[in-house]
Amino acid sequence: MNVTKGSARPRLAEAAGLVGRVVLAAGGGYAVAALSTALLSATLPLPRSEAVTAATLASFAILASVAVLVFAISSLRHAAAAVLGAILVLGAGLWLAAGPLLSAGGAP
Amino acid sequence: MKGSVRQSMAWLHTWSGLVVGWVLLAIFVTGTASYYRADISRWMRPELMQAAPVAPADLPAAAERAVAYLETHAPKARTWFIGLPQPDHPVLDLFWRTRPGEPPGRATLDPRTGGEARARETMGGDFLYRFHFELHMPPLWGRWVVGVCAMIMLIALISGIVTHKRIFVDFFTFRRDKAPRRSFLDAHNVTGVLALPFHLMITYTGLVTLALMYMPWGVTVAYEGDRQAFFAESGQITAPRPPAGRPAALAPIGPMVERALQTVPETLERLTIVNQGDANATVVAVFEEPHGLSHEHPQVAFDGVSGAVIEVLRGGLQPAAKTFTTMVGLHEAHFAGPALRALFFLCGVMGSAMVATGLVLWSLARLPKAEARPFPGLRLVQALNIGSVAGLPAAVAVYFLANRLLPVGLADRSAWEIRAFFAAWIAVALLALARPQRRAWRAGLGGVAVLCLAVVGADLATIEAHPLRRPSGGEALFLWFDGALLALAALFAFAARKVSTYQAPRRAEPAREASLPAAAPRPPKRPAAAAPQRRPESGKQRERA
Repeated sequence: MNVTKGSARPRLAEAAGLVGRVVLAAGGGYAVAALSTALLSATLPLPRSEAVTAATLASFAILASVAVLVFAISSLRHAAAAVLGAILVLGAGLWLAAGPLLSAGGAP
Repeated sequence: MKGSVRQSMAWLHTWSGLVVGWVLLAIFVTGTASYYRADISRWMRPELMQAAPVAPADLPAAAERAVAYLETHAPKARTWFIGLPQPDHPVLDLFWRTRPGEPPGRATLDPRTGGEARARETMGGDFLYRFHFELHMPPLWGRWVVGVCAMIMLIALISGIVTHKRIFVDFFTFRRDKAPRRSFLDAHNVTGVLALPFHLMITYTGLVTLALMYMPWGVTVAYEGDRQAFFAESGQITAPRPPAGRPAALAPIGPMVERALQTVPETLERLTIVNQGDANATVVAVFEEPHGLSHEHPQVAFDGVSGAVIEVLRGGLQPAAKTFTTMVGLHEAHFAGPALRALFFLCGVMGSAMVATGLVLWSLARLPKAEARPFPGLRLVQALNIGSVAGLPAAVAVYFLANRLLPVGLADRSAWEIRAFFAAWIAVALLALARPQRRAWRAGLGGVAVLCLAVVGADLATIEAHPLRRPSGGEALFLWFDGALLALAALFAFAARKVSTYQAPRRAEPAREASLPAAAPRPPKRPAAAAPQRRPESGKQRERA
């Protein structure tokens, strides 16, 4: 944690873990937010434009929560597993809900 | 992360804040100024203030003159935008786009003659406004950079909240006379916590204004990526009409304007003319937002060839769309009257102060011991801090100064104003790298104060209609503007003075010690405080917010 203390240089493993967390928070966070936006747009029981609007409005809160969670979970491995699990569940849900809606290659 | 959740949140807050801090400061400062974008634009075009306002009955004829100008000067454009004269801006603002990627055309016309208005060429407040979300980069790049920074700001805010054990107590805590770093910490907490609802609101709604660019996937799934269809279906724009590919003449626009004015009671703001010259030409009259929070312009769409009304859009949005437009409205604060606008402005200033104190706090928390040399990263952060905290306000002041001092007829004048803006910014940043940091702080902050005074001086010297020069019936805007700049000058002069009398925690400079008690009243045991301040080095990491 004390990155600036002592030799002011975190060890290599620590640095790698840090980079992993940043990548996981940014990439994973965006992926979860994008998939949930798409899934909610397709499934919310509202008129089409309302579902899209509501899902898009919520997406930034979802992205921020995932990023904060990635940094809050003490083990990077657990954090990665949680994010990957969410991506798989949301992706499967989207495939089930919107598969027929999507023309060739429109998925996020 | 190792350690507790609060520790990892403190870490996240510190580093995410540092990484985007300088860009955020630029976004905050220019965004705060944008609350007065229209006033800044008016101040920067003093020639237009003498013009008499245009009555609504004269709008149709003025619109005809605008179309006549566009037909000769922009016959190939896909879209014409005509900003109609308003009480506080009595000119026709024309704007046209020919094809994507090509810079748009602009012109300002006198609504009574249809000739080009005689005003100095300037971007006015629009430069600061666009800088707020495009950073003067290519729009797509700028918007993404700003969006990423806003997202990280949201994360920094959330982690900052988690970091606070005692958020309610921090609300009322300001320990001015303890260790200087602690008063920076308290200033950071006070400006951050006091205006926290504003910070959360402005960050989230800022993301929402460009939501479909950052998060287009809902539209991808439900509309196959067709944003226009989405906006039309949710009732935010009139239905788009693709060009028919057959030429047809545009019907006279005067009667359409008259008809629009009869349909909607709000003030008519602008006309959008799409696909002129085509059989499917569309004219949309866009009105001012009715009273309320929501960013929702009433619109009347006409068939451009027959002149018949196709669609009238007035309110009636569904809940989610209403939420969306309300968020955008909250961000832009068009609804705010003078008092509320001033409050928003103050919150913006506090946001800028929150970012600035946070950045300074980072470097203060990492000052080396007295005998050690600062590590290069610290030097860089210190220089960037000065370059942004003093450099950006200096750049804005120079932008205003250039508006008053550059010759009115100078070719490419508005571009020169912007060059002056960046030249000032770069100059302060270089100064910060070249000079020792305390002197650079003092010179930078003092320089901003001097520049603000210089703007007031230049305003008085060049504007004959200034109320101070013509006590009867001058334009009050000049007084307000100059008053605001004087207040800013005082603020920066105060900060510069604080820097010169400020005792750096660990690098003792005996020569300055003597002048200290006279310059700033402090507790008598202050001179002895230098020694104890060295001690809590290990505790500092914990205390850092």
